[in-house]
Amino acid sequence: MTWMWGVDDWIIILGVMAALACAIPGTFLLLRGMSMMGDAISHAVLPGIAIGFLISGTRDSSWMFIGAAVAGVCAAVLTQVLHRFGRLERGAAMGVIFTTFFAVGLVLLVQTADHVDLDPNCVLYGAIELAPIDLVTIAGLDMPRSFPVLVVICILNLGLLLLLYKELKICSFDPAMARASGVNVTLVNQIHMIMTAATCVACFEVVGSILVVALLVVPAAAARLMSDRLPIVLILSLVIGSIAASLGHLAAINVPGWFGDVPETSTAGMMAVMTGVLFLLAWLLAPRHGLFTQILHRWRLRIRIASEDALGLVFRSIENDSGMTRIDIRRTIVSFTEVGVVIAWIAVRRIRRDGLIDLKDNRCVLTEEGYRRASELIRSHRLWEAWLWQHADLAADHVHGQAMRLEHVTDRSMREKLAAQIDATGIDPHGRPIPSSNPVGDGGPERSRP
Amino acid sequence: MTNQGPRARASRVGQGSEHDHRSPLSIHDMTVAYDRKPVLWDVDLDVPAGQLVCIVGPNGAGKSTLLKACLDLVPKVSGDIRFWGKGISRQRGKVAYVPQRESVDWDFPVNALDVVAMGTYGKLGWFKPVGTKQRKAAREALDRVGLQDLMDRQISQLSGGQQQRVFLARALVQNPDLYLMDEPFASVDASTEQAILDVMRQLREAGRTVVCVHHDLQTVRESFDWVVMLNMRVVAAGPVEEIFTIENLKRTYGGRLTLLDQAAMALGRAHQAGERV
Repeated sequence: MTWMWGVDDWIIILGVMAALACAIPGTFLLLRGMSMMGDAISHAVLPGIAIGFLISGTRDSSWMFIGAAVAGVCAAVLTQVLHRFGRLERGAAMGVIFTTFFAVGLVLLVQTADHVDLDPNCVLYGAIELAPIDLVTIAGLDMPRSFPVLVVICILNLGLLLLLYKELKICSFDPAMARASGVNVTLVNQIHMIMTAATCVACFEVVGSILVVALLVVPAAAARLMSDRLPIVLILSLVIGSIAASLGHLAAINVPGWFGDVPETSTAGMMAVMTGVLFLLAWLLAPRHGLFTQILHRWRLRIRIASEDALGLVFRSIENDSGMTRIDIRRTIVSFTEVGVVIAWIAVRRIRRDGLIDLKDNRCVLTEEGYRRASELIRSHRLWEAWLWQHADLAADHVHGQAMRLEHVTDRSMREKLAAQIDATGIDPHGRPIPSSNPVGDGGPERSRP
Repeated sequence: MTNQGPRARASRVGQGSEHDHRSPLSIHDMTVAYDRKPVLWDVDLDVPAGQLVCIVGPNGAGKSTLLKACLDLVPKVSGDIRFWGKGISRQRGKVAYVPQRESVDWDFPVNALDVVAMGTYGKLGWFKPVGTKQRKAAREALDRVGLQDLMDRQISQLSGGQQQRVFLARALVQNPDLYLMDEPFASVDASTEQAILDVMRQLREAGRTVVCVHHDLQTVRESFDWVVMLNMRVVAAGPVEEIFTIENLKRTYGGRLTLLDQAAMALGRAHQAGERV
């Protein structure tokens, strides 16, 4: 399909505005652990919308709004009542209320549809594709009927966010303390719920009352993975929502073409799919919580530990005059620690590249810097062995494994603390010397070279 | 100590008027129930000003509920609560509440400074954003609890003890006259325990009152001046050296006082006796 000016641009504008409006209440729903409340409200407003139609007999949005807001608030309050007095768990209370409201709404809607020009499918799945045809004229300009509604809700949500930012923040984080310090938590919560309900109504014509929950929650969830700062999370969820909406429409007009004869697909559906795709990307690639980042982190740590182990091996081989080749070191690392061949190879390569070891007749020797680093490591290791043996009552043949782990996380100040607590014999439980804290000063690498 | 001792004392303090107007927290005939099952029965209490007060009692004794009910965070069946002789709605600015650490989501996307700055929201009122002045106060409070270097940390990156200190700093920012703290010493490291105790002693020097829900019987004697022993009703309340006795503990904990606790108590008393000699 090709791009049609006057149609596709409007669809994207409407989609982006719906996403922007949803991101604000959606982020706070997510942070309060009430994401399903968004789902509940978006379903529960349905009878309100239907009654709005019944009363006004037209698709005039003002009646729908009032009806939906009333229904949304009723559902929220009833859920609370059922939870508190019906002794029903919150999720179950929500399930009872929103399915009931939704069912009543559906029945009313089908009834209404006989009298009013209204397609129940539009309410459920949205009719963004038809929006550019359904025009109104405001101030001499033709625009889709849902456009002014979305403009109003965007301004309203943004305004409320700026005005009530700190109230929304504290009521989401610590409602008990907020109430105790005099913040009207109930009022803030009600404003948040009404904001959510109004947003659902404003967006239902565009994305439908079922898919609106995707725009409410998924961009916020993706943004939450990307950042640990609330302002950034809010901005990111606005951005991610907008990108998902735009990509959604582009996909809706392009993707069916790839499968040959498929005539068209739902733009709203594609928008929801795109929020999911972006969430997946965030989950994989996010800077701190991302899967990829975490794997990378783990690899880096393993390589660092393997490099340190390799360096320690060279030190020990020089100490007992055995002299090891790089292959010997790789084999030893693989057989005595949990790392694989690849990491062992990278580790040996790295210590050579960093100028910590040199080759002499194909056997590894330590450079001056390498000797300094290796002595620190061995010092940590043997101090730990001595300490564990003397203070933690571990048998001499049990301390090696523990020291092997601890040596990688021991810094200078911890080494000196350990040194102060053990008997100053200068040897570890296996009878080998503990390198001093200033190894280069007492002889340097030459002393240890084969 | 006889059965009526502490109760008689509490009512004597309140004689004349219903409430003692000097008492930062005065509770009269308070009953709290969840689902019609009573959690607190007929509580009468006058907390003395300028003291470190702890509330002890077994699990489910209603210790946390007592604090929450005083602050109107949970509904009461009956009871009249006064802060310096007035209702809570007129005294919110003078009272700070420190909830249990587990009561909030520490994955929330805010840093330590943000959380401490929340202490200024109550006085700021609606719509006004946090400004330079509030941020400065928050930094100073973090300084007081020894966390000035960690103010940019996202709160899940803090240890349990550090999180508890962030909560204390948030209460300090409110600059109240009465602190109501729910288990500030629960599962914290030794250095945090010392830091919190130091701050609490500074507060006492400055004439502030601190009421803590506390679970570690072994530190009651050294850390607190006044004790409330609670098990659905006030079993005993008064100065630690008079009230905190094995007999009262047995009455509070029923059979649930462990041998270890009893031994620790006996040791503590022996120590004190030794010091006096």
